[in-house]
Amino acid sequence: MTLPLTERRFIRRKIEENAFKVLMAASIFIVIGCLLLIVGTIIWKGLPALSLSMITQTPKGGYYLGREGGILNAIMGSLYLASGATILSIIFSLPVVLYINLYTKKNSRLAQWTRFSFDVLWGIPSIVFGAFGFIVMIFLGLRASLLAGIVTVALLELPIMSRAMDEVIRMVPRELLDASYSLGATRLETALKVVVRQCLPGILTAVLIAFGRGIGDAASVLFTAGFTDRLPTSLFQPAATLPLAIFFQLGTPFPEVQERAYASAAVLTAMILLISLLARGLIKKSTKHIVK
Amino acid sequence: MRLFKDTLAQKTMLVLTFIPGLIVLLMLVGLFLKARPILADKPFFSLLFSSAWSPLKGNFGLFPFIMGTLWVTFVALIMAVPVSLLTAIYLSEYAPRFIREFTKPVIDLLAGLPSVLYGVWGVLLIVPFVSRILAPLFGAQSSGYSILAGGLVLAIMIFPTIIAVCLEVFSSIPYEMRETSLSLGATKWETVRYVVLKKGLQGIIAAVVLGLSRAFGETMAVLMVVGNIPRVPKSVFSGGYPLPALIANNYGEMMSIPLYDSALMLAAATLLVVVLSFNILARFILIRVERKAE
Repeated sequence: MTLPLTERRFIRRKIEENAFKVLMAASIFIVIGCLLLIVGTIIWKGLPALSLSMITQTPKGGYYLGREGGILNAIMGSLYLASGATILSIIFSLPVVLYINLYTKKNSRLAQWTRFSFDVLWGIPSIVFGAFGFIVMIFLGLRASLLAGIVTVALLELPIMSRAMDEVIRMVPRELLDASYSLGATRLETALKVVVRQCLPGILTAVLIAFGRGIGDAASVLFTAGFTDRLPTSLFQPAATLPLAIFFQLGTPFPEVQERAYASAAVLTAMILLISLLARGLIKKSTKHIVK
Repeated sequence: MRLFKDTLAQKTMLVLTFIPGLIVLLMLVGLFLKARPILADKPFFSLLFSSAWSPLKGNFGLFPFIMGTLWVTFVALIMAVPVSLLTAIYLSEYAPRFIREFTKPVIDLLAGLPSVLYGVWGVLLIVPFVSRILAPLFGAQSSGYSILAGGLVLAIMIFPTIIAVCLEVFSSIPYEMRETSLSLGATKWETVRYVVLKKGLQGIIAAVVLGLSRAFGETMAVLMVVGNIPRVPKSVFSGGYPLPALIANNYGEMMSIPLYDSALMLAAATLLVVVLSFNILARFILIRVERKAE
């Protein structure tokens, strides 16, 4: 029995619809599955190798041959580096974002260009930031040090932080600003006392996102922060970083040391998860008390 | 006094606002200045298209590395584009609210994972997968440290970029257009295909270009799984050596061999120029798309 043409065409359209639905379900499954697989594999491989001494000790002699010690140097180094870079980055990004949102007219040319250049800066690979940081470092006569690392990572964090802050500050209702101005506040007072307060959770989220990026980046600090087994005590000493510690440990031919790389990776994963949970919590909070 | 403070702040902020643009310029100039010694020694194109790589003899042919980068990026795109496009379509057109809410943190996290972790995961899972399962399947020999492994890891890394930009593009398409199509009797998929995809085509291209430029410059994850063999790759199962990996691997010794640092900075400058032009192109398209939507 053959169905009429319209009927058959209808069935074909139905099949096409369903086929693509299946494909889409498969795709989203792949995306979510990849994340679970990555985090799962690293935790599963890393946890057994993780011990207390690993995160409380600095590497002892012969650590990279499989002897005693831990990666405290890298954990602290990464925290110092990312904190410094984040602070530096706030100093530069917050004023810019406030400026393009409060001082210029809505969607002015300057604001558009600034957003554009942040976006472009965002797209630059971290290895290029690293190479650039290296040139500047050599030019200034510095050696690989915590300071050079901080400056380079700050450059890397700048666009991420600024764009995230921009998204929040852009959403501040016009009426709120008008209310502040009508009470006689200057733009600076409005910016600092109204806008920043109103957006504080959002700004903190932006800061945390940038901080997470700073902790995890390896390619930019490879040239600039150096690597050392000791804890950095001044800005002009080299500093170890966690991603690089993972990389170096994985690169050794000894299975015990490679196990430690997995453990270090688990530590880094835990840090990143913690940071993103915090950021997420702040986003929730930020939408609670906001004047709409 | 308060007004003075306000004006002072305004001036300071204005100056700071020029910084991001300035950094980009400085980077270009700085890298090219550093690359000049080698450009003075050999013409630009012979450097780009020569395969001879022996720094000790003063041969700095970047061709194998450029090909390595292209191969890895290409493999990553082939795998990433369909998956992320379908995911974005599903999330914007089909998904119920709770799935959308659940997926957003997943994508954010995927974007936020450090590339070293992708690398570790690649070494643990993808490399053995390629050498034990995929390569024999296609009758090839492979150590697993290959273009394919690099491409697979990269594909996952650029999912978030493509998905996020596509979502933004789709949400800028007016809802009435979809309703019109549906009311004419089109199925949901037909609406997607003839309305959403057609209207969003430019934006999708921009998303892909952004993903591409992200893949182009990715360093650590690729470096860890791609094998780092300075030869032009013959197939996806052979090892390669992308440009970023070259820069990262040799920073230690580059100061001790003449012209080596200059060659590496040329590599970095090339990378920067390519990524910059892709980025600028994509952003221009996106700005246009946004304007149309308003």
